[in-house]
Amino acid sequence: MPIQYYIYLCLALFSIGVIGVLTRRNVIIVFMCIELMFNSVNLLLVAFSKMHLAAVPAIIKNSTVGSDGQLFVFFIMVVAAAEVSVGLAIIVMLFRNTHSVDINFLNRLKN
Amino acid sequence: MNTTEILFFFLSAVAIFCACMVLISKNPVHSVLWLVGTFFAISGHYILLNAQFLAIVNIIVYAGAIMVLFLFVIMLMNLNQQNEPQKGFWMKLAGVISGGCFMMVLISLVRQAADLNNKTAMTTDGDIGLIKNLGKVLFSDYVVPFEITSVLFLSAMVGAIVMGKKD
Repeated sequence: MPIQYYIYLCLALFSIGVIGVLTRRNVIIVFMCIELMFNSVNLLLVAFSKMHLAAVPAIIKNSTVGSDGQLFVFFIMVVAAAEVSVGLAIIVMLFRNTHSVDINFLNRLKN
Repeated sequence: MNTTEILFFFLSAVAIFCACMVLISKNPVHSVLWLVGTFFAISGHYILLNAQFLAIVNIIVYAGAIMVLFLFVIMLMNLNQQNEPQKGFWMKLAGVISGGCFMMVLISLVRQAADLNNKTAMTTDGDIGLIKNLGKVLFSDYVVPFEITSVLFLSAMVGAIVMGKKD
């Protein structure tokens, strides 16, 4: 499968995530769009790792070229899980103080 | 057109459709369910790339744990369609146009890149994605980042409890 197809797919998913962050005002949906962007990046990392493995000549057995990319995906998932737990705690605290999930309420942070 | 290509295009169409429905649907619970669909399509892509460990972890961690956490928070806040905040039409149009411009710039960049010609991603073959090989690399080359990750998890757990505490 040509690598360009994977790049186009991941670009489309990432752009949908960016559009979601720009157009929605519900803070939970914004957070979910960030997760979508994480996932598109993960998919692209896995595709690139397999691209590097495909470039290795077939004579070399048991080559681990490209496994770094998949381990980075693993670490990104771990960091995303930690980020979600802290972020949702912040959202719950915001909701308890303002009784709203509107992202425009965060304007008051600047005062 | 062989089976791999058919599966690739089918999974891509499912992923992009579900991602669009995340934005379009008004009810936050429906958005979460469409996002789970996107994650399943991406897991299908991982299986197609023979990255089986990541496919399983993606389903367990993302579709299982993180999305359930989102659903819990949404149900805790009792959100529904009525009190959903909406942006104005012109703000939405500006967001879509700027996101589309971002995608167009990057696509034109990829189309001009001469390095990417004749490069293919190996599908349905290659065994670096299996648990055995990934585990060997993780516990030999990446031991220190792995341990630091556990400290990060501990601090995130403490932070979430401290912030979520009623005071």
